[in-house]
Amino acid sequence: MKKIKAIIASLALFAMFAGTAAQAKVEIQWWHAFGGRLGELLDEQVNKFNASQDKYTVVHTRKGNYSETLNAGIAAFRAGQHPNILMVFEVGTASLMAAKGAYVPMYQLMKDAGQRFNPNGFVSAVSGYYTTTDGKMLSMPYNSSTPVLWVNKDLMKKAGLDPEMDLSTWKRVGNALDAAKAKGIDMPFCTCWHSWVHLENFSAYHNIPFATKANGFAGLDTELAFNSPVHIKHIQTLGKWAQEGKFKYMGRRNEAGKNFRAGECMLMTESSAGYAGIKKEAKFEFGIRHLPYYGATEAPQNTIIGGSSLWALSGKSKEENKATAAFLAFLSRTDIQAKWHQDTGYLGVTTAAAKKTKSSGFYKANPGTDLAGIQMMRNKVTQNSKGLRLGSFDQIRGIIDEEMEGVYSGKKTAQVALDSAVKRGNVLLRRFERANK
Amino acid sequence: MEKRVFFKGWWLPALLVAPQLLISFVFFFYPSGQAIWNSLFLPDPFGLKTEFVGLDNFRFLLSDPYYLASFKTTIIFSTAVSVSSMALGLYLAALADRLIKGAGVYQTLLIWPYAIAPAIAGVLWLFMFNGNIGLASYYLKALGYEWNHTLKGDQAMFLVILASSWGRISYNFLFFLAGLQAIPKSIIEAAAIDGASFWKRFGTIVIPLLSPITFFLLVVNIVYAFFDTFGVIHTITSGGPEQSTTILVYKVFSDGFVSQDLGSSAAQSVILLVLVGILTVIQFKYIERKVHY
Repeated sequence: MKKIKAIIASLALFAMFAGTAAQAKVEIQWWHAFGGRLGELLDEQVNKFNASQDKYTVVHTRKGNYSETLNAGIAAFRAGQHPNILMVFEVGTASLMAAKGAYVPMYQLMKDAGQRFNPNGFVSAVSGYYTTTDGKMLSMPYNSSTPVLWVNKDLMKKAGLDPEMDLSTWKRVGNALDAAKAKGIDMPFCTCWHSWVHLENFSAYHNIPFATKANGFAGLDTELAFNSPVHIKHIQTLGKWAQEGKFKYMGRRNEAGKNFRAGECMLMTESSAGYAGIKKEAKFEFGIRHLPYYGATEAPQNTIIGGSSLWALSGKSKEENKATAAFLAFLSRTDIQAKWHQDTGYLGVTTAAAKKTKSSGFYKANPGTDLAGIQMMRNKVTQNSKGLRLGSFDQIRGIIDEEMEGVYSGKKTAQVALDSAVKRGNVLLRRFERANK
Repeated sequence: MEKRVFFKGWWLPALLVAPQLLISFVFFFYPSGQAIWNSLFLPDPFGLKTEFVGLDNFRFLLSDPYYLASFKTTIIFSTAVSVSSMALGLYLAALADRLIKGAGVYQTLLIWPYAIAPAIAGVLWLFMFNGNIGLASYYLKALGYEWNHTLKGDQAMFLVILASSWGRISYNFLFFLAGLQAIPKSIIEAAAIDGASFWKRFGTIVIPLLSPITFFLLVVNIVYAFFDTFGVIHTITSGGPEQSTTILVYKVFSDGFVSQDLGSSAAQSVILLVLVGILTVIQFKYIERKVHY
């Protein structure tokens, strides 16, 4: 009997100590959208942070794709079960910004935690997206990329083309596709993220508005404007290529990346961050080019970012917010940023990281990896090329995707589809304006 | 002529119906009330503020051509799923009913697909018809038929109907088989002696005697096509392309939980509630009359 009592007592004692030991570490949750190679790299960052100090533990959870992660975060917020850090893709930025009280602004979080943090260290083309008009940074840029043209050089050769040929304009791309089709290449062209590449970035690159009021930066009463003649010309061209079998539609998100990596697709427009997967899987020689444009326009201006930023959600204890601040400051460290940039193809979001990467000779060893950065920062940004800040934008993208599917399948002309997308999208913008007055 | 039994007191009957009432209240009346209440508001996604808008959510919906198109999609989809799965179920049941040897094995195998959850059935069919790796799409391509359900609405519709009907055939088969076996052999034999052909017997004796079961299955299948096919649609098409497979229930989900427009989503639930009510009344008032018990 005595023995049993002793065991129980020692167990209780052990449990007490174990309890205090666990309590000493503050645990925070991070919900994100990265799987595959990017997920591995993210996990590496978290492990590095957890090992680098003994006060905080970050636990990361993948919640699905970008939209699913945002929705999971919103639903959890309503239920009071939200994580400390939520990854929100650029499209959700306006929704978060409008939800004052749902997040702790980055500048506030860092100040309260006494964390040293320099918002000016970020590349302005990136941080501008997440900063208010009066210069306050609301969320922390995490991964930012911009669309580029990916080239399968082996297929180019098979098509009888010079793999180094000039592909700077859509007209030249069209000629290359004609040649490829004639040589029996099954998938000359494919693309990921239709709206992001072919309307949003297309607008910025050609210095034409995607929406009025400086693409929404200047007010909630913005209206969509992506049915201009230049837009229509481009979407009509894509529709024509689809009808002629030169462009194969694989899905709304990055499904086409699979076909490119498998060596089926010759030219693909996709985020510069396709790099991580392509480098790992491609069994062919690939090249990176600038996004093509149309001649006799204001192109090439500059492209805009896609990707995500990290938001510190509100309603958390001071201790936890401190942990969040420490982790986010860790992520913006130059060595972490430089590694992330080189591993993934995402842009180096701090100027120091970009400099470090350059001086390390990475760009020379991996030609093309600097193109995304150049393309984004090649000109002084205009109000058409600063980015987008539109409410309900995930929904609007859904509408655009639907309408573009109509063009690719030959059911609609580009004019009809884009007019309809603008009209339907404006209804949602008005609804958003009303709900967020 | 009816027999009626009266019990004294009220607490025993009240106690006996209480669990049912409680369940109805918690799982039906309370959520329905919430849906009706929420359909009058326009909240922001995070639930930080909300605005009373009266019937604006309904006005917004009824002026949305995609919402109206979703009615048509739902009708096509549920009719196709109910009719095809019931017809095939009946056909297989008629065949299995005539089996003399190995009936048990056939029956078990035919019932098998019913054990598969809709979402998993969806993934299986998606896998077969996947544009990159699917076997079915590969063979179709070899035959010169371009399969791409991510882009072509009619192909997407065909695929979700196929995947939704597949498991349902088993269910219908089971009920039809039971119905067929309940028909007295003597009636059929008597008709056969009188010289009625198989089709004559099937049309004038079997079908009318099966009508209670057919009616039951019709109701159950339509309810299934309306509400339980969510998993199939979500896994295969997510309602696309161009909302061509967005049935009403899927739209409630995609507007509410994907687009975070909870006001519109609640209004759609209310419309759906009314619709199902009307459908049930029609079914029991008009179709049931033609049923022989």
